[in-house]
Amino acid sequence: MILHTLIDYETLRLIWWGLLGVLLLGFALTDGFDLGTAMLLPFVGRTDVERRVMINTIGPVWEGNQVWLILAGGAIFAAWPPLYAVSFSGFYLAMFAVLFALILRPVGFKYRSKVDSPRWRSGWDTALFIGGFVPTLTFGVAVGNVMLGVPFRLDADLRIFHDGTFLGLLTPFALLCGLVSVAMLVMHGAAWLQLKTAGTVARRSARLGALAALATIALYAVAGLMLWHTVDGYRITSPVDPGSYSNPLRKTVEVVAGGWFDNYRQHGWTLAAPALGFAGALLAAIALAARRGALAFAGSTLSIIGIITSVGASMFPIILPSSADPRASLSVWDASSSHLTLFIMLVVTAIFIPIIVVYTSWVYRVLWGRVHEDDVTDASRHSY
Amino acid sequence: MELDIVSLSRLQFALTALYHFLFVPLTIGLSVIIAIMETVYVMTNRRIWRQMTKFWGILFGINFVMGVATGLVMEFQFGMNWSYYSHYVGDIFGAPLAIEGLMAFFLEATFVGLFFFGWDRLSKLGHLTATWAVALGSNFSALWILIANGWMQYPVGSVFNPDTMRMEVTDFAAVLLNPVAQAKFVHTVSAAYVTAAVFVLGVSAWYLLKGRHAELAKRSMTVASSFGLAAALSVVVLGDESGYLSSEHQKMKLAAIEAMWETEPAPASFTLIGWPDQEARETHYAIHIPMIMGLIGTRSLDKQIPGIEELVASAENRIRSGILAFDALQRIRAGGGTAAITPEDRAQFEEHGMELGYALLLKRYVDDPREATDAQIQQAAWDTVPMVAPLFFAFRIMVGLGVFFILLMAVFFYLSARRRLDRHRWLLKVALWSIPLPWIAVEMGWFVAEFGRQPWVIEGVLPTAAAVSDLGIRTVLFTIVGFVALYTVLLVIEIKLLLRAIRKGPEPDTAPDAPLTTPRLSQRLLSSER
Repeated sequence: MILHTLIDYETLRLIWWGLLGVLLLGFALTDGFDLGTAMLLPFVGRTDVERRVMINTIGPVWEGNQVWLILAGGAIFAAWPPLYAVSFSGFYLAMFAVLFALILRPVGFKYRSKVDSPRWRSGWDTALFIGGFVPTLTFGVAVGNVMLGVPFRLDADLRIFHDGTFLGLLTPFALLCGLVSVAMLVMHGAAWLQLKTAGTVARRSARLGALAALATIALYAVAGLMLWHTVDGYRITSPVDPGSYSNPLRKTVEVVAGGWFDNYRQHGWTLAAPALGFAGALLAAIALAARRGALAFAGSTLSIIGIITSVGASMFPIILPSSADPRASLSVWDASSSHLTLFIMLVVTAIFIPIIVVYTSWVYRVLWGRVHEDDVTDASRHSY
Repeated sequence: MELDIVSLSRLQFALTALYHFLFVPLTIGLSVIIAIMETVYVMTNRRIWRQMTKFWGILFGINFVMGVATGLVMEFQFGMNWSYYSHYVGDIFGAPLAIEGLMAFFLEATFVGLFFFGWDRLSKLGHLTATWAVALGSNFSALWILIANGWMQYPVGSVFNPDTMRMEVTDFAAVLLNPVAQAKFVHTVSAAYVTAAVFVLGVSAWYLLKGRHAELAKRSMTVASSFGLAAALSVVVLGDESGYLSSEHQKMKLAAIEAMWETEPAPASFTLIGWPDQEARETHYAIHIPMIMGLIGTRSLDKQIPGIEELVASAENRIRSGILAFDALQRIRAGGGTAAITPEDRAQFEEHGMELGYALLLKRYVDDPREATDAQIQQAAWDTVPMVAPLFFAFRIMVGLGVFFILLMAVFFYLSARRRLDRHRWLLKVALWSIPLPWIAVEMGWFVAEFGRQPWVIEGVLPTAAAVSDLGIRTVLFTIVGFVALYTVLLVIEIKLLLRAIRKGPEPDTAPDAPLTTPRLSQRLLSSER
């Protein structure tokens, strides 16, 4: 096949680096409010009816939203196989915790309403809270560890060896990133509830959401300062050929204090990402205090885009640094699939992502409107 | 099996996949049956069909979420437990998994919400579209997963790249149109339809036995038996196609299933039953049916099907050839990659490169395959024989059940056509007690396909033992216990909720009919924004 040479390897790798961000954002922005709503469940919903109102706002959509995570997993496998192989085996027990918690979610949503007993329902409420909190915290901790560097080594056959332990993941900076993630998605979930509910549920979520937005700003700022002062960045020191074959071992990498700020220093416009992270959260805080649902949701959306993009902008072109053997670090130029696979996957993605966006928007349009208490008490109207 | 990291990782994958596959076939099959029922509702306007759609939809939903929950693990487990596998074949294997998400699972999961929440928000045609989108999505999902799996059985369209130390795709169309994948897809999807048909038939039979909901039950049985009969026939035909393809591409699996130790003169006989003895390399108490195996496997009277001993001899040759490929590869890498390759090395690698995986079989015995002794090479060649007895029996249970399903569906199809569904109580009891059988059949089928592939994770390319992650034994033991405990608790809850929903029976459905097509958005907003 000659067709794939229409787009050169370097450009394809850049596009797929961008698409990696798009998929993670797709997950954080859509399933993010499901996770946030689940975390708010015990605090905003005090009665069974209130909790059912909350669950029914996400009931029809969380399943589709969760596919962003599955798709991100599949796309990383297809486009960045070494990243898929190193990260999921390296974060093995953390991934297990995430999967364990996420497994509770589908069943929790579906089975909670099937039996009308307080014990049954409060049991599933706990499961749903865990299903929201554990993945959100763990993903944040994982991002923190990615920035700190993961202790892995590659041998000449590109076999992967890990030196780290599960407890080794729980460093102060990583835990702080976990808290940023929790605050950010609680803010997003609260903005969603502001948009989709009325009355007590909306009032309580506005208050908690505004606090979460302010916490996002504070924690994100502290994380930035810690990154500046205590976390070493990784910098490729050998000449790179961005169009050459994928083998991480053919470069040299040095560890530099404050190195994760190189890109911000060299390309000032990239500072737009962290700025958006702060400004969006501020907008969400103000809009939630003013009980403006749509504006709050726009604010939290912008904030999430800013915060997640700021991680990518800071690390580029490194994707997964190795603290055990820095030259094994995975970068955009040496951890991708082959030229042909990247091209084919780009074509498939370019066809299907717009189709997905169209029908997902249609579904949200059909489901437009707030969920009221009498919607859930009227048995014929809702499932959960 | 020893308690090493390879067997534990295999055990975890097998357990999580077998659990996942308890829910998937019912999802695939029931989604189509429900879509058929709703189509009848929209076409005839008879509310009983909407009631049926909603009732089976409740059972579908309880099962569906378990498939989603256990499916999450599958998507990440390759990287978690099989990191060298993920690196080695991600360039090819990852693509169908990603396309599955893009093309199939998104469709299914997005519209399943509308299926449950859209009854009073959508027109009849709108809701029917959502239901068919769910059915289409779940079936496409199977297609892409089986394209991925088919490639593990018959790795086409790819080549090993010494620079990146992995397999890379050369012909994507060949991966898509892989004949093994196509046969597997239709076989698996048909088996899923049979599973759902037996489920609907059995539950409806229980209602007839109890004298409840007869109208709903009889109509459901008519749909289930006609749909199920077509599917049950297709399972066997496509199973035969799989067998034919195995004779071409996975000779060892076929020989092991048949416990064919020695090559027989063509056309080979089919061993109906017997006791395969791996140590003595013979099958005791065997009952043979002449000629059948040769006909199924080669569709001819004169082509031979090679037996296990002949295949081991050929594996030994391939191992020796693989050692030459390994040798060339080491020199290519020492010389600085393919950029600085010598013509001799290139020629040697091109001639033997396809057998590189066979050299990796020796890694169990020596670090450097070039230093393997003749005895080790012979031992590695015998390692290519999977355990025969479990395959032999699992296959026969699966086929026996497949034949039974044809009979069952044919009988109920006949009864339904003659409007005599409730005449024979014993037949209804047979239908009821048949409910667990399709699950046994599909799990056996999965076992034959995957266990029969051992010792390879990618047939002829990568041995399972080389594919595993660098994890501690206690770590994997911990996650096995964790997954099994969680899955078992959820499975018990799921079955209890299914039984509860079945005992409760269909809800009376008094809601007014929705308009056929969608009213304008502004009108709908008025009604929802009270």
